[in-house]
Amino acid sequence: MEVFRYSQARTVEGAVRSGGAAGSSFIAGGTTLVDLMKLNVLQPRALVDINGLALDRVEPLPNGGLRIGAMVRNSDLANDATVRQKYAVLSEALLSGASPQLRNMATTGGNLLQKTRCYYFRDTNYACNKRQPGSGCSALDGFNRIHAVLGGSDHCIATHASDMAVAMMALEATVHTQGPKGERAIALDEFYLVPGDTPERENVLLPGELITHVTLPALASGTRSRYLKLRDRAQYEFALASSAVVVNVSGGRIERARIAFGGVGTKPWRSREAEHALEGQETSEEVFRRAAEAAMADAKPLKYNAFKIELAKRALVRTLKETTQAA
Amino acid sequence: MSTSIIGAPITRIDGSLKVTGAALYAVDHPMDDIAFGVPVASTVGNARIVNIETSIAQRMPGVLAILHHGNTEQLFRPAEQLEPSSRAGEVRPPFEDDKVYYYGQYVALVVANTFEQAQDAASHVKVDYEAHPNVVEIAAAQAPEGPPRIHYSRGSAGEAFESAPVKIDETYEIPTETHNPMEMHATIAKWDGDKVTLYESTQGVVNHQHVMSEMLGIPLDQVQVIATFIGSGFGGKLFPWPHSLLAAMGAKRVKRPVKVQVPRSLMFTTVGHRPLTQQRMRMGATRDGKLVSIQHDVLQPTSLVDTYVEQCTGVTTMLYSCDNVAAKQTLVPMNIGTPTPMRGPGIVPGLFPLESAMDELAIKLNLDPLELRLKNYAEQDESYNPARPFSSKRLRECYQTGAERFGWSKRTAQVGSMKRGDEVLGWGMGTATWHAGRGTATVRVRLNADGTARASCATQDIGTGTYTIFAQVVSEKTGIPIDKIEVVLGDTSLPDGPTSGGSTVTATVLPAVTQATQGAIDRVIAAAQTLPSSPFKRVSAGGDPPTLKMTAGRIHAADQPPESGMPFQEVLAQKRLAALEAESRTAPDPAEAHKFSAHSFGAQFLEVAWDPGIARLRVTRGVTVIDAGKIINHRTGRNQILGAVVMGIGMGLFEETIYDPRNAKPLNNNFADYLVGTNADIPELDCIFVEYPDLHVNEYGARGIGEIGLAGVAPALTMAVYHATGVRVRKLPVRIEELMAGQRTMTA
Ligand SMILES: Cc1cc2nc3c(=O)[nH]c(=O)nc-3n(C[C@H](O)[C@H](O)[C@H](O)COP(=O)(O)OP(=O)(O)OC[C@H]3O[C@@H](n4cnc5c(N)ncnc54)[C@H](O)[C@@H]3O)c2cc1C
Ligand code: SF4
Repeated sequence: MEVFRYSQARTVEGAVRSGGAAGSSFIAGGTTLVDLMKLNVLQPRALVDINGLALDRVEPLPNGGLRIGAMVRNSDLANDATVRQKYAVLSEALLSGASPQLRNMATTGGNLLQKTRCYYFRDTNYACNKRQPGSGCSALDGFNRIHAVLGGSDHCIATHASDMAVAMMALEATVHTQGPKGERAIALDEFYLVPGDTPERENVLLPGELITHVTLPALASGTRSRYLKLRDRAQYEFALASSAVVVNVSGGRIERARIAFGGVGTKPWRSREAEHALEGQETSEEVFRRAAEAAMADAKPLKYNAFKIELAKRALVRTLKETTQAA
Repeated sequence: MSTSIIGAPITRIDGSLKVTGAALYAVDHPMDDIAFGVPVASTVGNARIVNIETSIAQRMPGVLAILHHGNTEQLFRPAEQLEPSSRAGEVRPPFEDDKVYYYGQYVALVVANTFEQAQDAASHVKVDYEAHPNVVEIAAAQAPEGPPRIHYSRGSAGEAFESAPVKIDETYEIPTETHNPMEMHATIAKWDGDKVTLYESTQGVVNHQHVMSEMLGIPLDQVQVIATFIGSGFGGKLFPWPHSLLAAMGAKRVKRPVKVQVPRSLMFTTVGHRPLTQQRMRMGATRDGKLVSIQHDVLQPTSLVDTYVEQCTGVTTMLYSCDNVAAKQTLVPMNIGTPTPMRGPGIVPGLFPLESAMDELAIKLNLDPLELRLKNYAEQDESYNPARPFSSKRLRECYQTGAERFGWSKRTAQVGSMKRGDEVLGWGMGTATWHAGRGTATVRVRLNADGTARASCATQDIGTGTYTIFAQVVSEKTGIPIDKIEVVLGDTSLPDGPTSGGSTVTATVLPAVTQATQGAIDRVIAAAQTLPSSPFKRVSAGGDPPTLKMTAGRIHAADQPPESGMPFQEVLAQKRLAALEAESRTAPDPAEAHKFSAHSFGAQFLEVAWDPGIARLRVTRGVTVIDAGKIINHRTGRNQILGAVVMGIGMGLFEETIYDPRNAKPLNNNFADYLVGTNADIPELDCIFVEYPDLHVNEYGARGIGEIGLAGVAPALTMAVYHATGVRVRKLPVRIEELMAGQRTMTA
């Protein structure tokens, strides 16, 4: 760990001002940041602590949606009554992530911005384009069992490891920020970037831009949602493949479906292909399987992760079955 | 007090210290003026160190010294076999030369005023290497040199195999597994003149003392090793590792106490692991299921700086009755740290191929796997010539009790034939065994004038409940309540005690505690007999003093009730004595040991649930039945067995240290990436003891139980997996991808 300066932000404006300085970094729960600082992977010169900002509330919106402050802890969000009732997929995704201790610290903003668990990113002795642009990618011919099959490039194949963001992807969340140039609202789908030849750029945030909150749209009554995470052990492990489903069924037909995957993409992976394959169709295993095939049509297996493609398909089929069965 | 305290489910006498945080582990010992040592470890697996650049680090705040091979005195090698109590984890002392033999080897030590300063400086020490290719994969390793390390043969296994009507010939593999106790290895070293005290997390303070004296090159009496509490070891802390020498060297250099804690990442490189084993198992049987031949060949990596043999084949020579058995073990040195015993060494990895092959054979023979085992039941230990009787063996009862409790008779053999909702159930079973060892111990017991007692011995409690067992025995013999008994362990200044390994401590210390307690009682009795106004004179007939004994804390005439006598502390008070104590050293009788083969046995049954739609496998039920003689404490005993089953589930489903062939690094060197079972992975587990005291082993008839609970789990698990999925996993751990690939070939 390198020596750094530390300050506490009292206002959002103040945070944006200090956070914009070169080498500055916001610190929320610290569960990603401090971990990577200890490994010398991240070496911020200054930490701006945003724990004192009043961004820790979950509030209903007049339009029936939900506003989630950036500092709401993962465990609080997962156990929020509205979230559990209306946005089950989000609660389930959060509870499937990390451990109770980590969830008590981790925040909504921090979770969206967590870093990949790629082994080579986390060790400064390896070449890694994401950590050190242009140095190469050690995962391409390394042990890539946990890496992505969708959205990868010759420069990086690291997964985005968040569960929460996958659920938010299927819920069509919007990220609200405040930066040096003012406030912005960014659809989550447009928030993340695929690596291409700039894997160090993971999202569209500008230096000093602070996530203030996330909003979720209202869901039509009768909407059902679910998150299923598949992995080696039952708890405390990142997804090998996961699926988030938000679906409306009427008269045995799928009216609307929002589908996202975790553990398989270089970003939380929304699948419009699967959604097209589902909408307007009858609920049947055949249809679900077709949607799963469509979702994974472009998947590119590597030496150790080919099984993830089939695993993701099965996760989707199972989640669809569970959410479309007559209640 | 009656004898019921032996065997009772007593809570640990040190439990409240542990849950309140008052128990001092190695790094917790308060120390004035302490400095911190942080090692610099190699980032390559095979190299020569060309240069160590310390100039930047040396000038950083708080840095006191930077030690490496270029500026330290040579240490010595341990005496090993030349001395009975000397075994090092790795015989090469740190900084012995400029070579790097494995990734994560110590190449320097930074000592600074604070931990943070030392760590910061350590990251600024730059090491230049002349790197050579690494070998971390058995396939890439050179053919092993020299004759096999282990060679065993009885009958003619090769010929018998050729002519056997039914055969199995399969190769099984267990990956490298890393010990991950909660408490990481750590040392505080403190010099007073030419004497060094080491606060260490070790499973054997006495062995540690000997090895450190040898490697530091100072007399034994100038080394004291203290390990009051240990956050477990699982075998990884049996023998000293180089960090302990680093702490001693650092402390000597800076003339202050130095603390070195091995970080979790280096727990994967410099403090041992269970080595990978590739094991070929050939079995031949008659059509009705009688074994006629077993051949077991093991290939195993070791490091380039030491030789460690994982003795997998021993169990093969004794578990089943078979006239023709051959075993061979060969080593391949590679660029890895030195392997070391891990809970159930040899037997646990050896049973995986043996019990798996038995299941594969049962399927070929169309026999129930349990029936096949009974058909080949060993009535005596055939590994000896002539065969030896077992001191006590109740394996048949274990099988039977377990089968009943588990409901084994309801098992339908067809793969995938047992369902529960969407899930397919798989049932498997395995045999467990562990050899019952016993060693030498010296124990001192002191009866105090304030009515308390104290038992002391250098042996340590690694978390298994050794403190409590000492107190139980003293209480049973004297009738002094357990909360009035102090037990002092884990310090070489106390009488010599055994290393906590091989499940032998209980069997070893019981006789010594018993005798020492009796010795102390005898002294109090002698004192009682000489009291000027001895109450016991009154009951004597014909002038002879009566035979006295101690019950419920009172000295009384043997033929009178305890209430007739007097509290022992009153005897001491009347004699104006502070205390009376006795010491006793006990050792096994070698003649007795050669008459019998002493082993514990067990049967383990597991159920898995397989959800084929999402390729999800979970363990849902487990029953373990153990025959380990008398169980001294049912609470800590059950805890040992259940903990071992949990570890076995981890071994079967999760554990694998993954090396990067490019630089020899264990990639998953942390708790997020190296998977062990979580609570959510472990179902309700059942544990039953069939208790037949084995009086050949000791007075109470107790054999060890620390390891046996792990022994049959992995094969029972892969057998259950096969039963549910039709996929035979011969390479641990069971992986989702392998099960999915199996599904595809089956539906294709
Ligand atoms: C062992 C382990 C296991 C885990 N397992 C899982 C898992 O299974 N599933 C899962 O989804 N996650 C998992 N996680 C990741 C965990 O969810 C994240 O670490 C956590 O959500 C990050 O939140 P935080 O508040 O601690 O972020 P911090 O560490 O404080 O910050 C993370 C990053 O976000 C930036 N940041 C934080 N808040 C803001 C803001 N408001 N505006 C702008 N930038 C901000 C910081 O500058 C930093 O770069 C695991 C983590 C660990 C350590
Ligand atoms: S996959 Fe991405 S993060 Fe991992 S080594 Fe390659 S570039 Fe770095």
